[in-house]
Amino acid sequence: METVNFENVFEAKLAKNDFIEPKDWMPENYRKHLIRQISQHAHSEIVGMLPEGNWISRAPSLRAKLVLLAKVQDEGGHGLYLYTAAESLGTSRDEMLDALLTGKAKYSSIFNYPTLSWADVGAIGWLVDGAAIMNQVMLQRSSYGPYSRAMVRICKEESFHQRQGYEIMTHLAFGTPAQKEMAQDALNRWWYPTLMMFGPPDRESPNSENALKWRIKRETNDELRQRFVNQTVIQAEYLGIEIPDKNLKWNEARKAYDFSEPDWSEFKNVIKGNGPCNKERLLARNKAHHEGEWVREAAAAYGKKLQENKIAA
Amino acid sequence: MTLNESLFKYSLRLGDTSLILAQRLSEWTGHGPFLEEDLALTNITLDLFGRAKSLLEYAGKVEGKGRTEDQLAFFRTDREFFNALITEQANGDYAKTIIRQACIDCFDLLFYSELAKSKDNTLAGIAQKSVKEITYHKRHSFSWVIRFGNGTDESKQRLKKGFEEIWEYTGELFEMNAVDEVLIKEGIAVDLSTLKTNWTKEISELLQSAHLTMPEGTYMHTGSRKGLHGEQLGLILAEMQSLPRMHPEAKW
Repeated sequence: METVNFENVFEAKLAKNDFIEPKDWMPENYRKHLIRQISQHAHSEIVGMLPEGNWISRAPSLRAKLVLLAKVQDEGGHGLYLYTAAESLGTSRDEMLDALLTGKAKYSSIFNYPTLSWADVGAIGWLVDGAAIMNQVMLQRSSYGPYSRAMVRICKEESFHQRQGYEIMTHLAFGTPAQKEMAQDALNRWWYPTLMMFGPPDRESPNSENALKWRIKRETNDELRQRFVNQTVIQAEYLGIEIPDKNLKWNEARKAYDFSEPDWSEFKNVIKGNGPCNKERLLARNKAHHEGEWVREAAAAYGKKLQENKIAA
Repeated sequence: MTLNESLFKYSLRLGDTSLILAQRLSEWTGHGPFLEEDLALTNITLDLFGRAKSLLEYAGKVEGKGRTEDQLAFFRTDREFFNALITEQANGDYAKTIIRQACIDCFDLLFYSELAKSKDNTLAGIAQKSVKEITYHKRHSFSWVIRFGNGTDESKQRLKKGFEEIWEYTGELFEMNAVDEVLIKEGIAVDLSTLKTNWTKEISELLQSAHLTMPEGTYMHTGSRKGLHGEQLGLILAEMQSLPRMHPEAKW
């Protein structure tokens, strides 16, 4: 009987658009779904530091270097808030990291693509962060309080990142012919992987139904993808570069662009671990974690000594 | 050497030292020993790049040939760089990075506190801002040296090894040449000989709290004041400058 009551309270909160807080009762599936989603999101931020980090040493101006470093640092900061939000659901950072490092946990597949030119740094900001914002704006109103609050902060920073990415693209697109070519090449390579970021089409999305019901998500994958395309076409037009899709066309009846679907077999393949950089990304995370082990141990040992001395004194 | 030439070279020396150290430290971003520390070291790196940018911008103005900070950073050869040799040394493990940082932070705090009183307003302004930042950097690096020295056997060994590797590059920080001579007379530059006693005292106290001892009579490397570097700088610049050099007409 009691459980039923708890469930009623939970449902009533959802119905009223109230937040669910860490100490509130919640269905086990809701908790699990959130831990999976939030920790995947945190992992994505952390792994996402790598492809852009690849260009820190080669950023072409001192200002560009400062902006890029600060951006990569922001991503680390987002990872930190998100790990903390996930911990409030009863998991630990070590458990989550372990899942990432052993390849059990997923992270956004987009980061398994390589950054081959400076334009890729721009394209990531413009397209990838743009797509991320589209997902995340909706998550600011997600039903789980700590997640929603983390997302408010993250969204503010992400919109800076998107503007900075678009700024890079602007310099390139209006720059020398070689720069413009670099911008077009980046758009060609990042367009479809970015469309994949919204997840599989609604007709085959296994996790969407519950997520919508629980207000962890508020719009479907296809709705968000459509919105992203509508928004991005005009931005590409301004830059004078072409979205690599022959079927892209305004549909007056739908008041939206028709566009080609990404190659979902590629999507599945990258998720399975066969993307161009899956192995490198995991290796890099493992290397940093492994090489940092003695540092963490030293900090812990010193902390313990301080504690003991305090007790002794 | 004219006053202007000296001021140009002095600003380059300070700017290059910040720039190359930042370039080295930035290799850690995304690869730090744990997330919080990754963020902390990146903060320090950001401060150093910011300082480099201000100093090189000033160098360009002083030179008066219309060169921007980016032209100075990306279109000079290693023989035209005046960064202290200690900054171009490979990061090694985290202990070496940290002890190198502690030696430099200690020097920088003494140095920039004096430079903040310079008769050159621009240098004084940059120095005043830097002092605030370096105070935090020094607290960070010193606390890690103490942690490593008192942590585990491994951390202490690594700290010791790191210190032995960078010690022979610390002497150069105090070297002066004609540039300093001209500028000290004008009340612009800092007389580096006045910093050495305090620096040695602070570093030996730090080592003591980390259970390490000061090496005696070690040979000190030299060269950067004349633009003579090790093999590493050429590689750092090859990477850092690649894109602007490939597209010299481009704006970014």
